[in-house]
Amino acid sequence: MTELFGVPVALLLGQLLLGLVNGAFYAMLSLGLAVIFGLMDEVNFAHGAFFMMGAMFTWMGGQYFHLNFWWMLLLAPLLVGLVGMLVERLMLRRLRGMDPIYGLLLTFGLTLLIEGVFRSFYGVAGEPYSPPDLLGGTLDLGFMYLPLYYVFAMLASLLVCLGTWLLIERTKLGAYLRAGTENPSLVQAFGINFPLLVMLTFAFGSALAGLAGVLAAPIIQVSPLMGSNLIIVVFAIVVIGGMGSVMGAIVSGLALGVIEGLAKVFYSPISTTVVFILMAVVLTVRPAGLFGKEK
Amino acid sequence: MPRRPRIPVYMVWGLLLLAIAAPWLGLYPVLGMRMMCFALFACAFNLLAGYTGLISFGHAALFGGAGYITGLALTSWGWSTPAGILLGVLVALAIGLVMGVLAVRRYGIYFSMVTLALAQIVYFYCLQADFTGGEDGLQGIPRGTLFGLPLQSDRVMYYVVLVVFVASWWFMRRIVRSPFGQVLQAVSENEPRTISLGYRANRYKLGVFLLSAGFAGLAGALKSVVMGFETLTDVHWSTSGLVILMTLVGGLGTDLGPILGAVIITVLEEKMGTISRFLEQLTGIHWFATLNDSASMVNGAIFVLCVLLFRRGIVGALRERWGGAQVPAD
Repeated sequence: MTELFGVPVALLLGQLLLGLVNGAFYAMLSLGLAVIFGLMDEVNFAHGAFFMMGAMFTWMGGQYFHLNFWWMLLLAPLLVGLVGMLVERLMLRRLRGMDPIYGLLLTFGLTLLIEGVFRSFYGVAGEPYSPPDLLGGTLDLGFMYLPLYYVFAMLASLLVCLGTWLLIERTKLGAYLRAGTENPSLVQAFGINFPLLVMLTFAFGSALAGLAGVLAAPIIQVSPLMGSNLIIVVFAIVVIGGMGSVMGAIVSGLALGVIEGLAKVFYSPISTTVVFILMAVVLTVRPAGLFGKEK
Repeated sequence: MPRRPRIPVYMVWGLLLLAIAAPWLGLYPVLGMRMMCFALFACAFNLLAGYTGLISFGHAALFGGAGYITGLALTSWGWSTPAGILLGVLVALAIGLVMGVLAVRRYGIYFSMVTLALAQIVYFYCLQADFTGGEDGLQGIPRGTLFGLPLQSDRVMYYVVLVVFVASWWFMRRIVRSPFGQVLQAVSENEPRTISLGYRANRYKLGVFLLSAGFAGLAGALKSVVMGFETLTDVHWSTSGLVILMTLVGGLGTDLGPILGAVIITVLEEKMGTISRFLEQLTGIHWFATLNDSASMVNGAIFVLCVLLFRRGIVGALRERWGGAQVPAD
């Protein structure tokens, strides 16, 4: 058994695994978007820029402050979360109650601004960032050598996804969030500081993007432009999954990573667009997305 | 329905006269043509976004897609200039049909996200296809002739573009004021009610999407002929953002706003080098010189300020000042 559908099995399995790693990143990014969207009806275009900032901060921490990966794994998401908090408090809050399209336009402008600032300092060329020594080795799977770091990144992402899901579905705080999604003013009437809840949710979603950025830093080149192309893929994934659903975000993120991997094996020119094509198909069959409910 | 306050008619004629005289007043014709192409693009976007409330984030695919096809027809197939431009418009219509059919099924931000994602398919296709020249772009597009007029001359080309632009602008203005346009505005104000009055809202939305796509394609095709090259920038999502910014700065849902916005943003991009050098000399901070390389940063800042403080845009604000009924912008 060395070939399957005319493709070497080793190649197929290898791409499947890499697809799963990518999928874990997609899942984490679309999860952050879903959490924010659920509570605020706001699509955060700057999510990709936050992802980039997470990775850039990680690189900068090592470059200027000699802080290793583990420190940055903690610090970078906090910093990005703080940025998110400021964005919500100082800008997005002023747009509450207006057409959500203004939030999208604002965060789109922010993306250009943040990317431009980083570009003016670091150019467009990527900076390499090596994984921590502890995870520098590779795993011999028989059909391929998988860097240990990939395994770590994938497991960490999945853990974070699971944790977020539990947080939202199984805790009191999550119950407030879900209630806020349904009826913000009623939640406020029960004595919960809803604006604070919104701010913290936005910060949390941004921190998730930052964390994904830290985890991605040793895998892809750290560059000011790394976030913007990715975020559009994540948008498509979110449309496929259905915007309302946290589980939808996780499942479709993983699934699309794998599908992309398969596309690379069978017909590589389509691998960059397969997500968008699938989105078109899903839209014709189920306009609300696979896990979404029509409002 | 309250009467919308209008920009006085003499302003329109004044602007037209200014545009006619501009090449003799020291305006570099190529810059003028660039402005008009983007102004046409912004008007096409405004037709969809300003009056129907559908904010497309994928218009670059129509603009750049048409530009590439026109470029291909003129360089490789030896087509005449008008035929090439027509083909560009047809291709934009075809892309617009696919995008529109899928996107009008969703509302608000979903619509934006869907158009954005679909436009990425066109972007990646252009990135990989052979005829587009990938990262290098399509070079050396000949301007050719139009009904015997030599388009090589910048001034002749300028007036051709002006005629096309003014005719298109006038046509779009007619569309907005036609019964069709009134239904569109009704759809954007209250879709369920419009449907219950017997209008098939989705068909109207698709119709205006196609019109917008056609004009966006015309703008893109013209631009590739004017500039003589076509690059990936024109199909990139940042161009979709740029046209939104132009319309927003000038004023969404106004006749002249998109034109004004396009002129301002184009001039700003053109003069960014001068401005950044000036700021560097003024303050002595070398960082200002880098502004030139990242015009997107400046665009982003304008975007943010516009959305936060100036949502009606310049023409919208002027209109309000000149009295008349309140224009609902939000």
